[in-house]
Amino acid sequence: MTVVTFVQHDGSERMVDGDVGLSLMETALKHDVPGIDADCGGGAICGTCHCFVEVSGNIPAPDSQETAMLGLRPDRAENSRLACQIVISEGMADIKIRLPEFQM
Amino acid sequence: MNMPAVGNAPDYSALPLSDLDISDPRMFQFDYWHGLFARLRAEAPVHFQPSSPAGPFWSVTRYEDIVAIERNTEVFSSEPSISVLDPEPDMILKMFIAMDPPEHDDQRRAVHHVVAPRNLKEFEGLIRERTAAVLDQLPENEPFDWVTLVSRDLTTKMLATLFDYPWEERNNLTDWSDMFTNDERITAGEGVPRDVIIEHITACLQRFTELWHERKGDGKEAFDLIRMLQADPNTANMVDDPLTYMGNIMLLIVGGNDTTRNSMSGGVVFLNQFPDQMAKVRANPELIPSMVSEIIRFQTPLPHMRRTATQNVSFGGQQIAKGDKVVLWYVSGNYDETAIERPNDFWIERPNVRGHLSFGAGIHRCMGNRLAEMQLRILWEEALKRFRTIELAGEPVRTCNLFIRGFTRLPVRVTRF
Repeated sequence: MTVVTFVQHDGSERMVDGDVGLSLMETALKHDVPGIDADCGGGAICGTCHCFVEVSGNIPAPDSQETAMLGLRPDRAENSRLACQIVISEGMADIKIRLPEFQM
Repeated sequence: MNMPAVGNAPDYSALPLSDLDISDPRMFQFDYWHGLFARLRAEAPVHFQPSSPAGPFWSVTRYEDIVAIERNTEVFSSEPSISVLDPEPDMILKMFIAMDPPEHDDQRRAVHHVVAPRNLKEFEGLIRERTAAVLDQLPENEPFDWVTLVSRDLTTKMLATLFDYPWEERNNLTDWSDMFTNDERITAGEGVPRDVIIEHITACLQRFTELWHERKGDGKEAFDLIRMLQADPNTANMVDDPLTYMGNIMLLIVGGNDTTRNSMSGGVVFLNQFPDQMAKVRANPELIPSMVSEIIRFQTPLPHMRRTATQNVSFGGQQIAKGDKVVLWYVSGNYDETAIERPNDFWIERPNVRGHLSFGAGIHRCMGNRLAEMQLRILWEEALKRFRTIELAGEPVRTCNLFIRGFTRLPVRVTRF
C-alpha cells in the first residue's frame, strides 16, 4: 500500500491510501483533497494539477509533454510535477506532495 | 466553390467533400456551421481545402485529433501565425502565442503573474463594483443592446485596468482589438483592407511606446502589464523591438477582449434557448461557476487556431506537407459527440465541464482563463441577483468573422426584482 500525503499551501496535511493505477491527481479528486483543478482530466495539456514532490521513491521522470507544461509555470521549482502524470504502481514507496498557492 | 446566398446554408450533407468551403465566415454570421463540421468529423476529419481567400489549408475537426496536434509542437508549429491568415510580410508582429519554445515560454512567464489567481483576488472587488454599476444603469423593461451596454463596456474597463491605461482613452483598446481581427479576407469582404489595419496598429504602437517611456523608472510598483514586462529581465527592453512589443500588447488586448465579450453575450442567448437551465441556476446559484465553463464551451469565441507543419507528416491517414497550414477547429471539437456527451445541449451541470477546447490545450492554453472565468462568474452572480427576467428582445446579430465567433448586437430586455 502506498500512502500519499498532500500538503496544502497553508501547511495542513492529509494522508490517504493510494490505489494502484490511479494518478495522484485522481487520488486527490477521489478523496476530495482541494488544491488540484485538473481541467483537462489527465492529459498533461492544461497544467492545473501542478505540485511539488517533497518525498518519493523511484518515480519515472517527466516526459517531454509534462516538461513543456511545467515550463510555463512562473512558480516552477526543481521538484515541480503534474500530479496527473504520476501513477501509483505496485509496491511504490510512500509519496508526499505539496500543492501550490493556486493553479492556473 | 459553391457560395451560399446570404443567410442560406449550403446543403452540407449533399455536397461532395471536395466542394465543402470551410473558409466562409457567414457560417458563423448565420449560425449554420453545425452541419458542416458534423459532416467533416464523420467523413473527413482531416480535410484539405485547396483554395480559399486565406489560401489552401487543412481542417482538423475531431476533439482527439486537435489535442494530438496541440501536444506535438515540434511538428505543428505556432509560427508564423495562429490564424488561418499569414502575417503581413512588411509587418510581422511577434507575439508569444505565435512562437514556439523556448522563446514562447520566457515571454509568457513574464506576464503570466498579472492573471494569476493571487492577483485576481485583488481584482475581484473592483470587477464586482464595476459590474454592479454597469448593470444598475441598464434601462428596465425596454430593449437595449447588451453587446454595447454590458459585454463591450465591461471588457473594455477590465482591459484598461490590466494595462493601467488612461481611463478616458480606454475605448481605443477595444477599437484597436476589433480592427486587428477585422481583415477583409476572413470577414467575407465586410472588414477592412490591411493598410487600414496597419494604420491602427501603428497608432496603438505609438501610444503604448509613450506609456512605456512614461512608466520606465518612475519607481511605482503598480502591477500593470507594461510594468511587468519592464520588470522581467527577459522582456525589460522589449520596447526596443517594436514588432515584438506591439505583438505582445496586441495579443493581450485581443485575448482579453473578443473572447470574454462574446461569452458575456452568448450566456444570455443560451439561457434563453434553454429556460430549464436558467431555472436551475436561479434555484441554485452555486452552479454559476460550472455554468460559466459551459457558456465558454457553447460559445467557443475563438473558433479556430492554426498550426504550420514543420515537416512532411502523416496524420489521420492524410499526408500533410511541410509548410501546410493546419487549422484546428475548436468549435468543432467542442461539439464532437465522441468526446462531449450530448454536445448540443447547454447543460450547466455537465460532468467534466472544464474539459472543453475553448481555451486551447497544451503550452498555448489560454493564459487568462481564470480571469475570464471570474469576469463571467461575477457578471452572472450580479445579474441574477438584480434581474427577475433577462429576455431576448429581438434576433441576435452575429459577427461575420472566421476567427471570432460572437455577437455584434444583442437586443435584450430586463426586469428588476
